[in-house]
Amino acid sequence: MAEIRNYTMNFGPQHPAAHGVLRLVLELDGEVIQKADPHVGLLHRATEKLAESKPFNQSIGYMDRLDYVSMMCNEHAYVMAIEKLLGLEPPLRAQYIRVMFDEITRILNHLMWLGAHAIDIGAMTVFLYCFREREDLMDCYEAVSGTRMHATYYRPGGVYRDLPELMPQYPYSQWRSKKEVDRLNARRSGGLLDFIADFTKRFPANVDQYETLLTDNRIWKQRTVNIGVVSPERAMQLGFSGPMLRGSGVEWDLRKKQPYDVYDQLDFDIPVGRNGDCYDRYLVRVEELRQANRIIEQCVAWLKANPGPVMIDDRKVRPPRREEMKGDMESLIHHFKLMTEGYCVPAGEVYAAVEAPKGELGVYLVSDGANKPYRLKVRPPGFAHLASLDEMVRGHMLADVVAVIGTQDIVFGEIDR
Amino acid sequence: MSATLSTTAAVATPTRLEILAQAVAAALPGLTPVANHTGELTYEVPANELKAVAQVLREASALKFEMCMDVCGVDYLSHGRDEWTTETATSSGFSRGVARGAPRAVALAPGRRFAAVYHLLSISLNQRLRLRVFCPDDDAPMVDSVTDIWAAANWFEREAFDLFGILFKGHPDLRRLLTDYGFIGHPFRKDFPLSGNVEVRYDPEKGRVVYQPVTIDPRVLVPKVIRHDNRYDPALTNAPVHTTSLTNSDG
Repeated sequence: MAEIRNYTMNFGPQHPAAHGVLRLVLELDGEVIQKADPHVGLLHRATEKLAESKPFNQSIGYMDRLDYVSMMCNEHAYVMAIEKLLGLEPPLRAQYIRVMFDEITRILNHLMWLGAHAIDIGAMTVFLYCFREREDLMDCYEAVSGTRMHATYYRPGGVYRDLPELMPQYPYSQWRSKKEVDRLNARRSGGLLDFIADFTKRFPANVDQYETLLTDNRIWKQRTVNIGVVSPERAMQLGFSGPMLRGSGVEWDLRKKQPYDVYDQLDFDIPVGRNGDCYDRYLVRVEELRQANRIIEQCVAWLKANPGPVMIDDRKVRPPRREEMKGDMESLIHHFKLMTEGYCVPAGEVYAAVEAPKGELGVYLVSDGANKPYRLKVRPPGFAHLASLDEMVRGHMLADVVAVIGTQDIVFGEIDR
Repeated sequence: MSATLSTTAAVATPTRLEILAQAVAAALPGLTPVANHTGELTYEVPANELKAVAQVLREASALKFEMCMDVCGVDYLSHGRDEWTTETATSSGFSRGVARGAPRAVALAPGRRFAAVYHLLSISLNQRLRLRVFCPDDDAPMVDSVTDIWAAANWFEREAFDLFGILFKGHPDLRRLLTDYGFIGHPFRKDFPLSGNVEVRYDPEKGRVVYQPVTIDPRVLVPKVIRHDNRYDPALTNAPVHTTSLTNSDG
């Protein structure tokens, strides 16, 4: 019989299942993983160092580009850190808007994860279904901020502007039939809140569709049940958070345990897994889709009933309105100073964490009293998850590496930063 | 105990933060919290006591910090140093006001440049705590690794080593993590230029990608300014700021 030896295999960084730019050096015994060594940093852009050279507000846009499938949640952690240092409390309506968009973001992220995870394991259809719903949510982003992904919508002290009264409509063109355009515009006849309300009505049925395709699917279960099992103690030791921690049976969600903004006034449940395998984490995330939908419904109802300001009325942080600026000297000066220099933040340090779709996204901000952060550190949830990849895949087959990468919901924007 | 904590201690029911501060004081009598206006607890630990303190924080029944959420390197080299002297520069104009690398008013004490900051979380008791450890030696900053106490620290320490050059004694695998293979220097140090030292381009003659010194000049787009705003006067910010909103002085 021929001699069989361990060999080393390179995986990525251009592998479609590597979710971006993951390079894995795998040591294999036959098809069994002996050791996995992730090489990261191929997307390192030194976001934190760049932020040190810019006034506080100019870095909000960089936050979108960290975890680029859950954009607004990253912004949220950053603006919360600044608010804590400044001692600002945004108006209630702004807090509801933020929570609503956080949950829209959670759905966006989980849909992306579900589609990508399924396609990695071999289920093509789910991917197409997920992107159908993502499109509607991207339109919400676009309506409120002008961009589909990198919104730069949150500000210290609130949000950039109120929700639009009218949803943008598709124009008639030679590329689409009139019937098709009318169909697309039917849901866009009202404001953004009407559009979102319509989405929340449709969405539970869509989640049922994904579940029909996967939850009891024999192949899906063969690929995920008992793969990448992590015990609760080990999950805590490894610094897991979010669905990775809850999948292992630890009931921990910052939205419930350390509520920020208006999460303590909303009604929702935290799903918790039992076995800590890929299948349980799948179930947790799918249930989070439904719970996020519930939160959005409550926010829409509140926002429809309660108009009001969406930004704190403090000229030292928020630039004045255009018309004020034209007639009032004070406003002009404030505008000039805010645009050229920004605002100074009192010296101190703060750690603000949000329950991002992937887990605890924390922003540690050190200020020395200047108009720029002295040190900004983003604590990405995926970083701790990927660090444990070696432990999770050891002893599994090569094909299971893909399932574990999928279940960790890896996005390199936040890991490499 | 800091001013923040003692001013509110007269209230009948102690807050969660005070309970935690008392628990830390009971378990680790040597530690005193650093004053902070954001309602968080920070402790500075000498580098040689880090592992003992970490062990107690993890094990003690009233603390139970079973998770290490983050390890973060900080370089205090230019802390409190502004690039634009606002008092004197107004007469000579904005562009001439930029003074990069201006001498600092108070020299940085030795052993106060590099720090590792640990963010701990207790899931069972729902509390957070921050530890800061200054590296005694500025030229070869070194602290003990806490990977055997919290496995999560592994990659975070590798990152701090990569970006700041802080050595973690006892780390099982202290390799660079985020920077390029063969990278020279520690890019997040304050004396490392934002534009870097080298750039890459494709060399058609050699037929491969080559490194060369950067061709762009570093420049300051918005100078760093420290304004002594009396709204954020230390005497005022010692009060728990989050409960009082800022007054809108003029608008």
